[in-house]
Amino acid sequence: MAFKSEDDAKAYWKENISLMVKLMVIWFIVSFGCGILFVDELNTIRLGGYKLGFWFAQQGSIYTFVCLTFFYARKMGQLDRKYGVDDA
Amino acid sequence: MDLKTMTYIVVGLSFALYLGIAFWARAGSTKEFYVAGGGIHPVANGMATAADWMSAASFISMAGLIAFMGYGGSVFLMGWTGGYVILAMLLAPYLRKHGKFTVPEFIGDRYYSKIARVVAVICLIICSVTYVIGQMKGVGVAFSRFLEVSYELGLLIGMIIVFFYAVFGGMKGITYTQIAQYCVLIFAYTIPAVFISLNLTGNPIPQLGLGSTMIGSETFLLDRLDQVVTELGFTEYTTNVRLSTTNMFAYTLSLMIGTAGLPHVIIRFFTVPTVKDARSSAGWALVFIAILYTTAPAVAGMARLNLMNTIEPVKGEHLVYEERPQWFVNWEKTGLLQFEDKNGDGRIQYTSDSATNEMVKVDRDILVLANPEIAQLPNWVIALVAAGGLAAALSTAAGLLLAISSAISHDLLKGIMTPDIDEKQELMASRVAMAVAICGAGYLGYNPPDFAAGTVALAFGLAASSIFPALMMGIFSKRINKEGAVAGMIAGITVTLLYVFQHKGIMFIPGTSFLGDTPANWFMGIEPNAFGVVGAVVNFAVAFAVSSMTPAPSKEIEDLVENLRVPTGIEAAHDH
Repeated sequence: MAFKSEDDAKAYWKENISLMVKLMVIWFIVSFGCGILFVDELNTIRLGGYKLGFWFAQQGSIYTFVCLTFFYARKMGQLDRKYGVDDA
Repeated sequence: MDLKTMTYIVVGLSFALYLGIAFWARAGSTKEFYVAGGGIHPVANGMATAADWMSAASFISMAGLIAFMGYGGSVFLMGWTGGYVILAMLLAPYLRKHGKFTVPEFIGDRYYSKIARVVAVICLIICSVTYVIGQMKGVGVAFSRFLEVSYELGLLIGMIIVFFYAVFGGMKGITYTQIAQYCVLIFAYTIPAVFISLNLTGNPIPQLGLGSTMIGSETFLLDRLDQVVTELGFTEYTTNVRLSTTNMFAYTLSLMIGTAGLPHVIIRFFTVPTVKDARSSAGWALVFIAILYTTAPAVAGMARLNLMNTIEPVKGEHLVYEERPQWFVNWEKTGLLQFEDKNGDGRIQYTSDSATNEMVKVDRDILVLANPEIAQLPNWVIALVAAGGLAAALSTAAGLLLAISSAISHDLLKGIMTPDIDEKQELMASRVAMAVAICGAGYLGYNPPDFAAGTVALAFGLAASSIFPALMMGIFSKRINKEGAVAGMIAGITVTLLYVFQHKGIMFIPGTSFLGDTPANWFMGIEPNAFGVVGAVVNFAVAFAVSSMTPAPSKEIEDLVENLRVPTGIEAAHDH
């Protein structure tokens, strides 16, 4: 099974890239942003015994990474179906 | 039952399990040998990937590193997990679609060049060999400490076990043993953590325990830890930056793209049936990895606190040396823990000032291994930790050895030197290559070369600066041609190697570094271990520049790239 037309192939790829870019922005914000660049500012906020910046660096970023990969897999599954390129 | 007998039983049972799997999962074709037949369930592959990925360093060293680096240790936590997001979105699905057996094979096809393939093989072998030395050392050390056999014998036993399932089973045998090894290592890691968290905070979940108050007190554990370490003159645990913000940024990014570019991780995604499975499998891998990686900071913080509390139970009252606990005595014997009574008072002072500090050596590796003893956990938990450390080292070693042997038999022999061999001969060649690789790795583990100390940095640096950019550009650009890719890979490796060698010594030989290894001499304050990202940037820049000056790839290559982006129509996974 392949794409019905070249336009479909282009549109599919465009949607894929746009989804990827959005998720990579979140990936960057939780790790490099919250965990490194703005860690001092966030550390003034507390999450239980954790300073928030420290929590992002050692816990929160990892949880977000897990969600991002599953979200991507799910969204791409939907995209595959939309363009008729799923194997099911 | 005494600890030694218990350890023999637990480790023996785990080894019997691996051998049983080896007997059951023998490979009958090259496809089974290289990619386990291509029919592994995504969740199972996720588990195998997690074991493949989490090495002796993750299991034994990482929590210890974090315990002494505090917040600065976050570079490992974020770097070694964030790479999977990149892998899941940018590489794994497309490389799976290509449907071949090895990473250099993709590079050779995409850049229509045997030279590109050979350059990729060289990068792969350097990364994987340096990495495998550390695993072999881990096996030898774990045996010698827990089973009290010699380092050499321990190494030999480890080699024999890997030999059975890797030579006969190839990727098929490795996959199923890795799944078993994941189960062993994750129990071994989390059970002591749960006990320790319960002891200190009353909360059985270590990830929550680290953010809770201490038992019988209103003080948060992390605040108490900050207080204890600062009183002794160390930097505050939760804010101790690793050198500089720029350095932490570069280090984290280097580890991330290095992770995504490591061939032994990438080839695991060739074993699932479809592109869709490759995407979800990356998610599952990350879940299984995250279980250990979010527990590690809790182990780190709690172990540091336990260690401090043992030595100085009440402020100003230092532990009397003669009354030190049994684990202290045990670890002193190994030389990894050393005490020197500088002021002659018979008590142990542990401070940040080297003039008064009497804990002259606290090897960071002992923290995870000694943790159950420090927390006074039962013997079976300590025995389990030994089996877990061995599982972590063996599973990663096997994955690396498969990456090495398939590059030799599939890329160099079948692909370039002797393309006429039939499948049976190639399967034989791959088994021989595996056997040779195991012996080579064993020899290097027994007799580590000078550069062994700096090897992990080298593996990640090379993967980040050579393999990752070549793969990514191959998928996302149709314009990058063979000249650009080859020039980019060579430029990326050269820059990274030069930087590492100029600060750490040529081939890590002491005394040959022509620019000293001090922050003042580092480019933008970036330490050599974190330089892979700069090499990657150079690779991208050179590849684009050279490609724009040389002819574009042919229509067939454009079609190949176009086809990578279509998630369906995997050729019945490429039977010969």
